[in-house]
Amino acid sequence: MRRKALDKKDVIWLGFVALLALLPLAPVVAANSFHMHVVILILLFASMSQAWNIIGGYCGQVSFGHSVFFGIGAYGAGMAVVTYGGAPWPGILIGVLLAAAIAVVISYPCFKLSGHYFAIATFAIVEIFNRSFMVWDWVGGAMGLDYPLVKEGLKNLMWYDTKTGYYYCALILFLLIFSVVRWLEGHRFGYYMRAVREGQETAESLGVNSTAVKLAAMALSAALSALCGAFFAQYNLRVDTPMVMSLDMSMKFVLITILGGSGTLVGPLLGAAVLIPLQEYTRAFWGGLGGGVDLIIFGLLIILMVVKQPAGMIGIIGDMHRRFFKHKGIAKGDSADGSP
Amino acid sequence: MADPILKVDDLYTGYDGIPVVFGVSLEVMPGELVAIVGANGAGKTTIMRTISGLAHPLKGQILFDGTDISRLAAHQTLKLGISYVPEGRRIFAKLSVEKNLALGSYTENSKVEIHRRIEELLEIFPVLRARAKQVGETLSGGEQQQLAIARGLMSRPKLLMLDEMSLGLMPSMVEKMMETITAVNRAGTTILLVEQMVQEALEIAHRGYVIQTGKIVQSGAGSELLDSEEIRKAYMGM
Amino acid sequence: MALLDVRDVTMKFGELVANDRVSFTVESGAIVGLIGPNGAGKTTLFNCITGFLKPTNGSIHFDGANVTGLTTYQIARLGAVRTFQVVRPLKEMTVFDNVLVGAFLKTSDNREAFARAAECIRLCSLEPLQEKPAGELSIGGKKRLELARALATRPRLLMLDEVMAGLTSTEVKASVEVILRLRESGITLMIVEHVMEGIMPIADKIVVLDGGVKIAEDTPGRIANDERVIEAYLGAKYAQRYKQRKEGEALG
Repeated sequence: MRRKALDKKDVIWLGFVALLALLPLAPVVAANSFHMHVVILILLFASMSQAWNIIGGYCGQVSFGHSVFFGIGAYGAGMAVVTYGGAPWPGILIGVLLAAAIAVVISYPCFKLSGHYFAIATFAIVEIFNRSFMVWDWVGGAMGLDYPLVKEGLKNLMWYDTKTGYYYCALILFLLIFSVVRWLEGHRFGYYMRAVREGQETAESLGVNSTAVKLAAMALSAALSALCGAFFAQYNLRVDTPMVMSLDMSMKFVLITILGGSGTLVGPLLGAAVLIPLQEYTRAFWGGLGGGVDLIIFGLLIILMVVKQPAGMIGIIGDMHRRFFKHKGIAKGDSADGSP
Repeated sequence: MADPILKVDDLYTGYDGIPVVFGVSLEVMPGELVAIVGANGAGKTTIMRTISGLAHPLKGQILFDGTDISRLAAHQTLKLGISYVPEGRRIFAKLSVEKNLALGSYTENSKVEIHRRIEELLEIFPVLRARAKQVGETLSGGEQQQLAIARGLMSRPKLLMLDEMSLGLMPSMVEKMMETITAVNRAGTTILLVEQMVQEALEIAHRGYVIQTGKIVQSGAGSELLDSEEIRKAYMGM
Repeated sequence: MALLDVRDVTMKFGELVANDRVSFTVESGAIVGLIGPNGAGKTTLFNCITGFLKPTNGSIHFDGANVTGLTTYQIARLGAVRTFQVVRPLKEMTVFDNVLVGAFLKTSDNREAFARAAECIRLCSLEPLQEKPAGELSIGGKKRLELARALATRPRLLMLDEVMAGLTSTEVKASVEVILRLRESGITLMIVEHVMEGIMPIADKIVVLDGGVKIAEDTPGRIANDERVIEAYLGAKYAQRYKQRKEGEALG
């Protein structure tokens, strides 16, 4: 892991973000707002998957329940606007804090379950929240929340004419969450998360309070997920349970991250950059019939990945890199003590 | 002049195309007990794995009883008569001693024959007879090691290869292990063994090879090597 | 006052008594050896002392405080750290990052932690391997990693579980040098070993377990002559060799 404050990779990263900031000016994007829509979704799902990556990838606790936090954020924003007729911001704040609190309360007992049982428990959590919200009138029940037409702008976090406003919001969200994770990587907490993933008991023998680490990671992950959910609500202009608080949505976050490379900084972006265009363009092309094509392709990609390269796309890139250097005669990582 | 049962000629072997063993040549005569000794990571286990077929040579030749076995896989060398007992006493923890032994004669089809061999081995290893019905994981370290060796003998090998039998054993067990190995050899089984307890190994071996970073640096009669100044300093801490 | 005081520790797994009223002390600055046959309860005892297991009976005192029943991480923070007999590298993390996790116990400052990790890696000759994923190391490398990682936590009591298995006598001698230097730096050591030349020459005291019971606790010299220990563990050959060596040393 990186050790210097700002190294070569960071510079490349900043350059990439600068490019992204200029994207709306590109003619191909400016001309067709659908392309802009796809890019916004890529940034959103990359952000959301990165939030999942904190607890699922770096800390190794695979949760299928993250759409609950995404949904709480979405409902927070939605209710502030629809039910209470105000600006979304107070709702977003409440959603973020509530998501973190609920995350801690729910996962404390769940963390007592080991490995696969924890994942299974999170399946149950999503279902519980999903059913509850469906019949809860205060949050809109089965009908969901439909956004009214209000004055556009930053105060209301809504735009109608162009998607540019949303685009820059998504970019800021992306920058925020990726920066948080980048910072975590170099911080003691990041090392502790990975240690817990690699061997909880071993980490404990080195003084790591694994329960505290897992709970903190979960709370952070949930808070950031809620933030993403709030943005989604503001962009979609509609919040309903089957969309935001479902197993479907949860699976997307998990699979995007795993496809791209779980536990890596760039993984969620790579995964989103593959899945979202696949999803959106097939849907646009084939309409109703194409509704499942993206999932079929995605499913095949996942199977391929799990069988051939569990480290995801990052792993594939790493392999190609190694093979290139080996071919050149530079044997990287040779052991000095005759291993294995 | 008898022919060696095993002849390794200019062997280069390693992992992922990278050699860790460089031009090793050795031979084992029928009835001998030959030891390969050396430090951690010197290449001893790599050599054993290559001979047994778990790894393939990059260069060089391995002749067993006149046949070239360089390209054979492990189950094929087993059929020819090479039995490799890897380090770490990897017995089947949940199976009984008898079942463990039975699995050692995998290539033998006759149940009667298998039963006969099990009886034979329980004779040679009385400690195992006492625990014949017990499952592997309930045995002590030394007993598990004996079980691993006994299982290796079930296929009636022409050559028994033992890898680090003394690992993790208490001193009195190490003593017993060396005695057992000697007894098995004197009863007629040719043995090639790898050991990090250099003194103990050379004391029971007819001949020895000393390996260092993948190359043989010395060879000779066991007693000769034991008396060598350099060996004593470099390996026996004297 | 002893640094570690084990009082009547009993550990039962159902009917199986793994540790039966084991008592002994470890003085600050001492090297104490813990020997005995496989299954005698040595690792179970380590597990009780470091909080992996809660003893069925008895108590454990570290630096004057009763630590019985504390969690593993709490005891590690107090300064009692162990290595594992079956090594546990944090596989996907590099060797450096493994040791860093240990270093972070006593400091949250990156620079300090990095420096401490680098120091421990150098001490255990792991420099050429430090960027490799820990899972790819040879068994010898993994054992050195266990030690480096535990050292990085700046322990007061370091508990080593069979770190010398599989080393040649010369390598054992080198390890002994490292251990003596650790003691000089102020670390108290409790060492489980089967490799006698790795512990008998340097231990202040040897505790012998057999079948869950402590059968002896004495200086190495007297342990090597103890009939029960010879019978249960050392074997006649070792006892004789030890006697010969001691006599040889006495004659000069």
